[in-house]
Amino acid sequence: MDIYRAHVLCCGGTGCTSSGSAQIIERFEEKLKENGLEKEVKVIRTGCFGLCEAGPVVIVYPEGTFYSRVKPEDVDEIVTEHLLKGRKVQHLVYSDHATHEQNANKSLNDINFYKHQHRLALRNCGVIDPENIDEYLAFDGYKALEKALTKMTREEVIDEILKSGLRGRGGGGFPTGLKWKFTYNSQADQKYVACNADEGDPGAFMDRSILEGDPHAVIEAMAIAGYAIGASEGYVYVRAEYPIAVKRLQIAIDQAKEYGLLGENIFGTGFKFNMFIRLGAGAFVCGEETALMRSIEGKRGEPTPRPPFPAVKGLFAKPTMLNNVETYANVPQIILKGADWFASMGTEKSKGTKVFALGGKINNTGLVEVEMGTPLRSIIYDIGGGIPNGKKFKAVQTGGPSGGCLPAELLDTPVDYDNLIAAGSMMGSGGMIVMDEDNCMVDIARFFLDFTVDESCGKCAPCRIGTRRMLEILERIVEGKGEEGDIEKLENLAHTIKATALCGLGQTAPNPVLSTLKFFRHEYEAHIRDKKCPAHHCQKLLQYVITDKCRGCTACARICPAGAISGNVKEMHTIDTAKCLKCGACIEKCRFGAIIKV
Amino acid sequence: MPDMKDKYEQLQQVIEELKDQPGALMPVLQKAQGIFGCVPMDVQKIVAEGLGVTLSEVYGVATFYAQFTLEPSGKYVISVCLGTACYVKGAQKVLDKISEVLETPIGKTTKDGLFTINPTRCLGACGLAPVMTVNDEVYGRLTPDDIPGIIAKYRELG
Repeated sequence: MDIYRAHVLCCGGTGCTSSGSAQIIERFEEKLKENGLEKEVKVIRTGCFGLCEAGPVVIVYPEGTFYSRVKPEDVDEIVTEHLLKGRKVQHLVYSDHATHEQNANKSLNDINFYKHQHRLALRNCGVIDPENIDEYLAFDGYKALEKALTKMTREEVIDEILKSGLRGRGGGGFPTGLKWKFTYNSQADQKYVACNADEGDPGAFMDRSILEGDPHAVIEAMAIAGYAIGASEGYVYVRAEYPIAVKRLQIAIDQAKEYGLLGENIFGTGFKFNMFIRLGAGAFVCGEETALMRSIEGKRGEPTPRPPFPAVKGLFAKPTMLNNVETYANVPQIILKGADWFASMGTEKSKGTKVFALGGKINNTGLVEVEMGTPLRSIIYDIGGGIPNGKKFKAVQTGGPSGGCLPAELLDTPVDYDNLIAAGSMMGSGGMIVMDEDNCMVDIARFFLDFTVDESCGKCAPCRIGTRRMLEILERIVEGKGEEGDIEKLENLAHTIKATALCGLGQTAPNPVLSTLKFFRHEYEAHIRDKKCPAHHCQKLLQYVITDKCRGCTACARICPAGAISGNVKEMHTIDTAKCLKCGACIEKCRFGAIIKV
Repeated sequence: MPDMKDKYEQLQQVIEELKDQPGALMPVLQKAQGIFGCVPMDVQKIVAEGLGVTLSEVYGVATFYAQFTLEPSGKYVISVCLGTACYVKGAQKVLDKISEVLETPIGKTTKDGLFTINPTRCLGACGLAPVMTVNDEVYGRLTPDDIPGIIAKYRELG
């Protein structure tokens, strides 16, 4: 193996690739060659570092210098200054949002965003080259599979997972070990292991990042699961919208086969395991386990009633064990380090860590992994760096379309499965969207219902018809046509749908409405009774007014596309509300802050 | 058109290659969508015959999943992310602006066949919110004001 004096780690996750990291890597390789450094410095395309806000991200080792928002034209400077002369390029170093500190000597783990994190599932993301199996092997890769196959019985493996307290990271939080045990208990000539990588929760991208950054961890875990439950084949169901993840997973499967870590007679034990990728085709409901299996079978992704549970009759009518990507990513370490080690982290009923995709109105957008039980406040303020532009926090949405919005009073809630449900939301797959005072909670509820209506598979009436009725009511409310009794109708429908829908998607679809009604009922009432949107978001309920700060500069009258603003030069202007389109162009143009929304 | 003949041959090859694998219908339709840019009725008929399943089953699958379209899309597909992170940061305004500039309803293709406006599910580039893609090109941290310029760029390319 070649030894290099420095390593340039460049994020190749979807976020950074979208903002041009591929060109940066190319440029580094060119520039290093030009300067004759190609044998001294190695460029590595890694998976996601997590701090997407600062992307594209480049880290130079051995110093661990963290460069952020790098542009291809910055590469020359990093090569000639840092790599050639050993002088860090101060102005490109990451600057902390909260403290505005730009310290070139601070390593990654000293930065606020990383300091409070505990990275288990993401441990290799941003550290290794995901397209090179040797790098995974160097980080204890496939040692857990070896241990399971050569030193543990199938029952011992299941027992270890059970004892660890690991619960499904995809949303429901079902104890993983129990799933393994149920499938192990089923008798059949063929069983399957399946992986749910159909991450449809809008705003969540941890599964994709794991597949992009550490695909071998998932392969290793699935092989271990195959051994434990007695399956020789595994299917990974990935969203087609994740091309980089699909490509790296396929490369990883091929490499594992080449190394004899998949295929026949693994580690000389006679154990056989093969893996296949199936692509989703854009249907949220396929994240539901029975729908996912129908889709792998090449059918419409409609859920089926349980029982029979997949552990008895799943994929191709055989016993099937389905876990999601993040759940699998924890498995190799549990086997290697033991259940007690894993169970020492987290809360009483939620062990280990959880990855969250932090987004929305927050300074540090990105992926964070924290110990279960970390308070929401710590995630949003210590790690996330708080709300941008001095705005006020209003709510945090967790659990995606199945979850709810929690208000400021609940910011000290420790985040785990049971606490979030008690608070009126749920863990879900880990999307965490922060909203500020400008976001209207009625409109957010409408947004989620719009999503569920669109994604409802149409099989059962409560979901197909019920969610549409709810959406219609919400649309009326945000347009100022809400009526007395609408809130009660929404609640009534919500409870009926929850009680009667066929699958998890339908049963949880009303949650965004119920949680916003619980915590932000006054916003609904303001829309319905006063025809006002307290967040000044809903266009139909707004009026634009010019205040006496107006200097009569005429800028607003000139930009107004509707000709709704009139007034003489150096005199106060007025807006004809009948003509006003409420486009907001005047507000952006006004230099005196004279135009307000009421 | 010799070009079309070639595409049908490719489809036959795909069917031949995949027909024995379990659950072949989805992968075959995915390849067909890639070859033709959509899966119109005649393509569905060929797939049904090739895999030995009924046309109604093929149609059922083709209309269930968002990825399959029965009509061809524009040369440039503008996909605006409507994931939650993008939505709270104003993706709807970006989408409305595109519809306004192109004078075409959301979800439809412009009359000249150049652009399709495609609201899409989370692209997972939440750090760049609001995000859209034009074919494979990604545009992040958008405001409605950015839209006319971006569209003009593609109009010039033709």
